[in-house]
This record gives sequence, C-alpha cells and structure tokens, in this order.
Amino acid sequence: MEELKFVGKDIPRIDEKEKITGAARYVDDLDFGPNLLYAEIVESPYPHALIKKIDTSEAEKVEGVVKVVTGKDFPFKFGLYMKDRYIFAQDRVRFVGEQVAAVVARDPKIAQKAAKLVKVEYEPLPAVFDPLEAIKEGAPIIHPELGQYSHVPWFFPKGGTNIAHHRKVRKGDVEKGFKEADYVFEDTYKIPRYAHCCMETHISVAYYDLSGRLTLWNSSQSPHVQKALIADALSPLGITEKDVRVITPYVGGGFGGKAGVTMEVIAAALAVACKGNPVKVRWRRDQEFYNTYMRQQVISKIKVGVKKDGTITAFQIENFWDAGPYVEYGANVVNASGLSATGPYRIPNVKIDSYCIYTNLPAAGPYRGFGYSEMLFSVESHMTRIAKAIGMDPVEFRRKNAIREGDSLAYGAPMNPNGLIEAIDKVAEEIEWGKKEESKDPKKAIGKGFAIFWKAPAMPPNVSTTAFLKFSGDGSVNILVSGMEIGQGYHTAMAQIAAEILTIPIEKIRVELPDTDRNPYHWQTVASHVTWASGNAVKRAALEARDKIFEVVSRAYHFNKDSLYLENGKVKCYLKPDFELDLKDFVINGIMKEDGYYVGQNIVASGQFFVDFCSALQDPETSQGGHPNVHYTVGAAAVKIEVDKETGKVKILKAVEAIDCGKAINPLNVKDQIIGGLLQGLATALYEDMRFDKNGKILNPNFTDYKIPTSLDIPEEVVPIIVEVAQPDGPFGARGMAEHPMIPAAPMIANAVEDAVGVRIKALPITAEKIALALAKGEKEPDYYWHIMK
Amino acid sequence: MRKISFILNGEKRSVYVEPNDLLLDVLRDKLGDKTPKYGCGRGDCGTCTVLLNGKSVRSCLILAVEVDGQEITTLEGISKGGLTELQKYFLKHNSFQCGFCAPGMIVTLEEFLKKNPKPDEEEVKEAISGNLCRCTGYVPIIRAVMDYVKNK
Ligand code: FES
Ligand code: FES
Repeated sequence: MEELKFVGKDIPRIDEKEKITGAARYVDDLDFGPNLLYAEIVESPYPHALIKKIDTSEAEKVEGVVKVVTGKDFPFKFGLYMKDRYIFAQDRVRFVGEQVAAVVARDPKIAQKAAKLVKVEYEPLPAVFDPLEAIKEGAPIIHPELGQYSHVPWFFPKGGTNIAHHRKVRKGDVEKGFKEADYVFEDTYKIPRYAHCCMETHISVAYYDLSGRLTLWNSSQSPHVQKALIADALSPLGITEKDVRVITPYVGGGFGGKAGVTMEVIAAALAVACKGNPVKVRWRRDQEFYNTYMRQQVISKIKVGVKKDGTITAFQIENFWDAGPYVEYGANVVNASGLSATGPYRIPNVKIDSYCIYTNLPAAGPYRGFGYSEMLFSVESHMTRIAKAIGMDPVEFRRKNAIREGDSLAYGAPMNPNGLIEAIDKVAEEIEWGKKEESKDPKKAIGKGFAIFWKAPAMPPNVSTTAFLKFSGDGSVNILVSGMEIGQGYHTAMAQIAAEILTIPIEKIRVELPDTDRNPYHWQTVASHVTWASGNAVKRAALEARDKIFEVVSRAYHFNKDSLYLENGKVKCYLKPDFELDLKDFVINGIMKEDGYYVGQNIVASGQFFVDFCSALQDPETSQGGHPNVHYTVGAAAVKIEVDKETGKVKILKAVEAIDCGKAINPLNVKDQIIGGLLQGLATALYEDMRFDKNGKILNPNFTDYKIPTSLDIPEEVVPIIVEVAQPDGPFGARGMAEHPMIPAAPMIANAVEDAVGVRIKALPITAEKIALALAKGEKEPDYYWHIMK
Repeated sequence: MRKISFILNGEKRSVYVEPNDLLLDVLRDKLGDKTPKYGCGRGDCGTCTVLLNGKSVRSCLILAVEVDGQEITTLEGISKGGLTELQKYFLKHNSFQCGFCAPGMIVTLEEFLKKNPKPDEEEVKEAISGNLCRCTGYVPIIRAVMDYVKNK
C-alpha cells in the first residue's frame, strides 16, 4: 500500500486556533441586533395533571411583553421516531418542568417577571415514576392515545399501556440452551438516570421574517433533521422545508443531548408568533437538566447459562427502561440497545426483551453510548461474576466467548471484521492482568476490573450524507458538509481525508460548519458514524475533483488521463517527468493553450454516501430477517483501583482502553476521545447521581449537587490503545469510535471493586457510601432499593 | 441605570448598567466581548472566568457596578496581541474538543502561571479544578501546560 501522508497522522485540530483565542462563536455569541426578543417558559409544577385553565391576561399587561403563547396557539406535534409530544402541553402535563406557556418580551428580566403572572389551573392526576410500577395492571396511563401515534415501522407500541415500544429478539431455543448449561446465573441490576452536562446549555434563536422565511441558529447535532422536523411540526401554518433554514455554529458539547429536536421547536413557534423579530430561547443550567434528554434509567434482569468449560449456551435479558413521558427519541435507544443486548459475545440461544416504558419523570433519550453504556453494566458485571463462579479467569472467559467475524448476531446477521481479541489481549497486557497487587497502606485494597464492549451506529436503514468541495483561485479548498463538529475532531478528519487525495496541505483546507441552505444534506451527527459516512462522502468528492482536474489537464495538454497523478498539490505525468502544474494555475481560470484559447472549468465536486444495505424490517416477534445495523465497533478496557476499606473511597490508579476504530484517521484525536469519554464514564460509575423527590422533581439540577468530574478526579494514569482492523466500506478503513470510550466504564469499576474488597455492587453509581456500608455490614451483594424514588 | 467606567482589555469603556446587572451579561451583551461564556450562572463551572485587576473571578457572580474604576481582562484581551506562549502549547496538544470551557480555562491558567511559573502537575490540576470541562478529561490540557512549563 502507498504510504499515507495525512491520514493516520497526528495532525493538530484545524479548529483549535478559534477555540484557544475565543474567536469560536457559539450561538449565544452571535449578534441578533436590538430587535431580539427573549422568551421565558412557564413550566408545570406537577408530574401529571390536567390543565383546566390558563389565564395569561396579567402577564400580557406587563410593559415590554410582546406575546404570551400557550398550547392553544400551537396544537402541533413533532418527533423523529414517534410523534408523542406537542410543542407546548395541550390538555395535560406529564412531568415537572413541562412547557405550558411562554412569555416573549423585549428584555429577559421582563419575561421572567411576567411568566410568574401566568396563572394555570391544574387537576393533579396520579403519577408513576418507576418503570416496573408503570407496567403493572392499574397503573396510571400516561398516553391514553398511544395506539394512534405515528412512528417508524420498527417500533411496536402497546396501546392502552405505558409500553411505548417492545423490542423482542429470539434466536435459537433459549430453554434448550439453559438445559444444556451446567450452571445458570440470574440477577437484577439497576442503572439510574444521568445528564450529559455539556458546558454549553441548549440555545435556539429563531427568526420568522416578514416574507415567511424561518431561520434558526441552534446549538445542535442535527441541523438537517431539525429543519425537516420543525417544518413538519409547523406545516399546518403553510411552512415547508424550503422555508426553514438551520444554521449551526460551534457547539459546546453534544453527547447525544443535542440530537433530534427538543427545545428548538419552541423557539421556532415563538418566532412565528412574533413575526419580524428574532426570539431567543436559552436554557438555564437547571432547565438543561430536566428539559432536554437525560439518560434513561433501566432495570436489567439477566439470566445466563454456561457450561463447565465456560461456553455460554443461553442468554436471556429483560431490560425495563424508564424513558419518561416523551419517548420519541428514547424509544430508539431501547430499540438499538435491545438488538445488541447480548454484548459482544457469541451465543447460540438468545431471548431479549427490551421495553421502553412511559413514566412521569422528565423525558429521557440518547446519551453517549446510546443505551449500550446502560445495558452493558449488567452484562459485563454478570460475565465477570459467572467466570469467577465457575473458576475461570474473567479475561479468559471473554476471550473464549468473544464474538468473531462471521459469527451470527442475535438477530441473525453476520458480525463484521473486528479486532476484539486483539483489544482484549492488549488491555490485559497493559493492566498486567493476573498480577496481584497489594497496597502499601493496610487500610486499602487494590483490585482490577475488566470489560469488553461493542456498539453499532443506531440509525434508520437509509441514512444519507453528502459533501461539496470547491476550490478557490489560490488552490485552497472549502469543504461543505453538514456533520457537526461537536468536539470530536470531525472537521480535522475530513480535512485529512481530502488532503490525502488531493495531496494539498491541511492549511489549504477549510471545513465549514453547517447552514442547511448552503451545506448539503447530512442526517445527524449521532451514532458515531460521521467519520465513516461523511468521510466516505468527502473522499468521493475529493476523487471527483481529482478526476475533473485530470480531465482539464488532459484536454489542455493531450495527456492520457490515466498518466496523470497528484503530488504536493501539483498535477504530474508519469510519461513526462518534467511536467508539473500547480492547482492554483487552473482550478478557477483554466489553462491557456498556444492559440490563446482556454480550456478548463471551475473545479467543484460532490460526494455522496447512502446506506442502502440495511433493513429494519425484521420479524417483530424474533427480530430475525433484517440487517438493522451497519457494523459494530468493539473494544476492551480495564482499571486498576485502590479502595479505602473504611471510607469506601475509590481511587483509580490506572485505566486502559483499546478500541478498534478500523483506521485512526487522526490517532491523536482518537486517543483524546478515549481519554475524555472514559472520564465521562468513570464519573457515572462512581458518583454522578440524579435525585428526584416524591413528586418527580429533580433535586440536583446544578453542578453543586450533581457532581461531574474535575481535574482532581482523573485517574493517575490513562492508557488509550488503538486497534485497527479495517472496516471494508470505511474511508481508509475507518469506523466511528467517539461514543464507545464511555461504555465499559461502569462494569469495569464494579468488577474491580469486587476484586479489591469482595463487594459486588449491582446498582449504579458505585459510591464510597455504598461500598463502606456493605463492608461495615459484611454484605457481599448488597441489594439496594431502586434508589431514585425513596 | 448607572454609568460605570472601567478598563476592559486595556481600553477605557463606559456603560450604563442596572444595579443588579451581572458582569458576565454586561461584558457579553452590552460591550460585545463574547469570550466569557455562560455555563451555570452560579459559580460552579468557571466558563465565565475573567481577570479583575489581574485576579481570576467568575463574572457570573460579580455585579457590573462592582468593577467601576477597575481593570478587567478576558480571553479576548489575552489573545489580542497574537497567541501567547501558553496558547501555542494548547495548539500543539489538541487541548480542547468543543472548546466551550477554553476561555475560562485559559484565563485561569494565564493568571496561575504568572503567579507560579514552575508548577508541578498536582498544582496545575489544583489550579483548574474549578473549571469544568466535559469533553477532554482534562488530560490534554494538563499535557499542554506541563509541556509549556518544561520548555520555558
Ligand atoms: S457561568 Fe460563571 S461559573 Fe459557571
Ligand atoms: S472542551 Fe468541551 S467542555 Fe472543555
């Protein structure tokens, strides 16, 4: 293979200079002029209630108030996967914080003051906060009209219940598998809700101009999807997709929280109500907690059969997901993770039931890992326990059962090429697996934990992406794409791919942030798929540009096109070694021939990538028959921790994580993704914890009480490892990896805690308090009551 | 409304403010310096950090009237004369991902390194422990600072 000059190199981020100088502009940094209006939302104090009456008259009287809007003004639904939500509550509210009305004013302080004057009369209804309660006979029904909601064809809601979706997977004969097993292990694990905590809160500024054009500036992972969904929601007013424009400047973190549509549709509606003025809706930090997606809580009941030699014969899991009252996106988390709930294991007999359940806690949905971070806590905790119970080394157990290329997945399709075994071995070696270590301090114990993981991009089976590429007269290039640079290093990777093909330096390439008017379609920046999908589109655009370049040169000089090649941004010819032509000499103005006439064309190109090898049409009873996922990215991870036997405090001495990203377009960026994602995961394992009161109101919607890690909380040593088993259809072999670092964090901590002090924690987070209490009471497997609703 | 005057990034500025206006909002909305960011509004995250007479403060916790007659420096001021030595090391080490924490982080570190030009890693961690970053895991930031310190 030819040596790569840009791909696979540690090229510094191309957006770094903007970020370190403060030049990077996020939505709130844009100037919208003196006509800008500010919105304040009136929120429900009840988790479940009927709205009897809304009186806005007092609020309207306040000087400076432009408009007060309620659900009556916009009785429209929106949603990507299932339309179960209105822009504003209609006749009932379903969680504490739900938007009931909005006040728009010339000044934010006036809006706040007036919002307090909106009087809403409620009739409280019984509420339910626990998914297991919500599926009991006689539980309050949160969506009486559930059966009528439109949704994607791969969802199966059960009208008359709180089950919004039930993904069933059946492979082989699970009962027979359990009979063949020498041992069957069963347990229940509990994973609470978590928050993304992007440093930039959600913000949307919408402007409906006097001609009927609706422009939004959003902090978003999904400009094109937002354009489509907002146009669809407002279509009763005659707004079509061509009228909506979404502009997305820099985004201060996403992690799935800024995917799909949440609050942006409110800004859009308010702008329509206040035609001619831009309207800003910006979440305060507390609203960010309850009024965007959280991660769903889940109760996992798992049962696994194994033979004495460690072969897994049967796997059964029931995952009861609490998705809150609006599951339009969250149900897809349940779906995607349900399809892959076995974890990366080769198992002949499988039974998976993944339930998406409505509750009256705030709406939940995608968060880095898209369900896999949640469900693999139970799987990977359980696998270590099984290995130990049958007297096998947990790493050996994983190596034995790890899924390999060509093995059939739970839904029947074959597993893609992958470096799972290589990842396992590298991590085991780096963490010195098997080497027992003693703490110098007799009050402390050292333990090691291991976990493996996988994740497939969760996408509809027909996602699409396009890249435009254009030259300027000096030979520099602008690439127009609509994937979002949300911090993951996407722009740098795209520049590297284009540079590789066009042989021009990175400094000559700019990758533009999306504006749906200008940049071509890309579905959403989710699912860890942009490097793969958009990378393919950029590569094709660069190849098309190269082809056009050769075309022009061959016409001007009568070279055979096939004899031309690019080197250092110059066109050269195999047959005429002294020939070279700089791109800047012709990409805009063409080439003058001897007779003074020119040949040429303005070099522009586009590249397209469309997923046309997937199908979500599977048997709803078994999930067999389709091909719902494009491929899996796999990996392994381990930690070495020190546990204080008195206080239960866990200190991470070393964390190692290996991911098979197919090909690291930018190894430095890949490693930094691993480090950052791992810390995000370790915090969910150890201390992040969402608390609610009896009324379903979140008690800690701020960084004082909901602790995210600081620089003092990082492991003493983090070792990121890159494994590269090429993805056959990836650009230079690449596949996505940005969500994955978080996935193994929680189970490997649980496994390490047990290794250190013999306590098995089955409910996250694994706080010092839980460990200390268990040690004090001598409980080896403390069972904690579902701790969210005491 | 009251008129206050102060030095912002080396330049005298005057502005009319309400007694309850926060420095963060006045800098951003009235004076157009967008480098301090809103992340929490209650002193928890550090994205709004600016220097008040050379000392780092959280502009979301300070009333604009309090800075009357004083000196404020933001990342905009720090970046005006070209990249600082420290910024060059951030560039080299890929220190930020989404970049939203960068202004507060850099302002904090510029001050810290003036006071303590040869810190060890623990001291650097301590110095930025009030600046939350959700993306990087802090490691690339610390890497950049330590490299800068080593090569100074
Ligand atoms: S916005 Fe000031 S500390 Fe968070
Ligand atoms: S880089 Fe995103 S918060 Fe620090």
